[in-house]
Amino acid sequence: MLIEVRFHGRGGQGVVTAADFLAIVGFKEGYYTLSFPTFGAEKRGSPVASFLRISDEPIVVRDEVYYPDYVVVLDPSVFEVVNVTSGLKENGMLIANYPKGSEDLKTIVKNVEVATINATKIAMKILGRPITNTTMVGAFAGATKLFKLEKLKETAEEVFEGSLAEKNKLAIEEAYKYMKEVCRWK
Amino acid sequence: MKKVVRGFYSVAYAVKLCRPNVVCAYPITPQTEIVENLAEMYANGELENCRYITAESEFAAASILVGASAAGARTFTATCSQGLILMSEVLFNAAGMRLPIVVANPNRALSAPLSIWNDLQDSMVLRDAGIIQVYVESNQEAHDMIPQAYKIAEDKRVMLPFMVCLDGFKLTHAHEPVDLLEQSLVDEFLPPYRPEVYLTTKKPVAFGCYAPPNIYMEFRVAMQRAMERAQGVIEKVFREWAEFSRRDWGGHLEIVYPESRNFVIAMGSLVGLLRKVVGELRKEGLSIGLVKLRTFRPFPFEDLRRVLGNAEKIIVIDRSVSLGYEGNLSIELKSALYGLSPEIISMILCLGGRDISKENLEKILRNAVLGKEGSGFKGYIEFEEVVP
Repeated sequence: MLIEVRFHGRGGQGVVTAADFLAIVGFKEGYYTLSFPTFGAEKRGSPVASFLRISDEPIVVRDEVYYPDYVVVLDPSVFEVVNVTSGLKENGMLIANYPKGSEDLKTIVKNVEVATINATKIAMKILGRPITNTTMVGAFAGATKLFKLEKLKETAEEVFEGSLAEKNKLAIEEAYKYMKEVCRWK
Repeated sequence: MKKVVRGFYSVAYAVKLCRPNVVCAYPITPQTEIVENLAEMYANGELENCRYITAESEFAAASILVGASAAGARTFTATCSQGLILMSEVLFNAAGMRLPIVVANPNRALSAPLSIWNDLQDSMVLRDAGIIQVYVESNQEAHDMIPQAYKIAEDKRVMLPFMVCLDGFKLTHAHEPVDLLEQSLVDEFLPPYRPEVYLTTKKPVAFGCYAPPNIYMEFRVAMQRAMERAQGVIEKVFREWAEFSRRDWGGHLEIVYPESRNFVIAMGSLVGLLRKVVGELRKEGLSIGLVKLRTFRPFPFEDLRRVLGNAEKIIVIDRSVSLGYEGNLSIELKSALYGLSPEIISMILCLGGRDISKENLEKILRNAVLGKEGSGFKGYIEFEEVVP
């Protein structure tokens, strides 16, 4: 089994941290994991991407993810500038922070299974900042059922400190539960 | 203990376990976080009997380490690309003074044009310096290589600087599980550094003196002999490490599918992808094996002649080029196989961080084995060169 995920967003939203976070969660769940950023002079606000591989055998390949099983989008505005679904596998899935909802997104992104969430709203409500990485981590886990909620929370406690850990745990949980409901038919 | 960490932490943590006495560096992407991690450990009081010195340039960093190493300290620095070539004047001296400084070099392209991304051009510049060069494939191998580097470099039969070359970004910025070594295991494997000769007021000596024609050549002959002895010392330490850590990374070479008629040879993290690609091509019925070259200096020419001497075709993957000739590994391999008859196809790819997909790599290797792909640069966009 090898699952490949590509994350898109803008510099400052925690696109790299999202992939790193899930690499830790995957490791806790007993998988081999590898996450890495697109390497560049990332600037706050510019489109960035990161990658995640999860496998039940050691991961030796380090090329970029060209044919992802999942694409996770942290910022709705990147659809205008990046072809985020490039190479997405036929039975793959796009999980996006897209406040206008999945029907609206399907008019832009065709022939792709889509699950959307208003992650910006959740992040603003709980964290007070439009940093959507942990919310989308929760959404990814809820949509894919790859990871258990308690492993996500456990990781949040290791990655963040004090009240920030608590807030991120709340954001993760809300998104996880929401997305699990959205994708219950899967 | 297995932990999900970034590549630079796996290097920094291994350095800490080796109990360095002086760490000195100047930041440069993608190396910076190696020494940032060490600086943090130093600030937290986790590095005993150690001084962390921030230098004003790579040239100064290397110079400080030459002094420290000559005084008997175990030393470490990390740099790459422009930083490495700025250090080069000093590093040639360090080798000549027989100082076992360990340098981590997260390989990065050279300017101009400016590129912070990965290829192997920077360490190739240091090929002739008298510095041992080993290339690693993964962060676990990088982590494991640091204690071995000190043990080899500080061996009385060797006494030369050691460069651990790991792909910048591809490894340094990758976040993955690494089995971090225990202090007790490293302490048992790596004895404290006790040089025979060092700077002390009790018995004054000088390092790197003026050597007129009646003596200079003998120093260089001694360095060459040390490199020749290093071949055996490296093999011995690699074997010892395999027993100690229960992780066997092979010798100067790792050979996958040794009974093949054709081979691909490469260094560094690209070997991981090649493992998959070679596996796929074998499923198609092609007779192709893989040689991972770990030690680049001293160059293991005898091993290569033994393993590759009877091959039909060898595809050399280079990620650096000696402009005006060809790929650097290709040059070395052709020289090592002199008088033998394998056909050699030299491919230069992935310069300045250009990624290559599994599919593309598979295609060019398949075509090369089938005689439909020749030597040269691969994976670049055809363009019209403006010649004034």
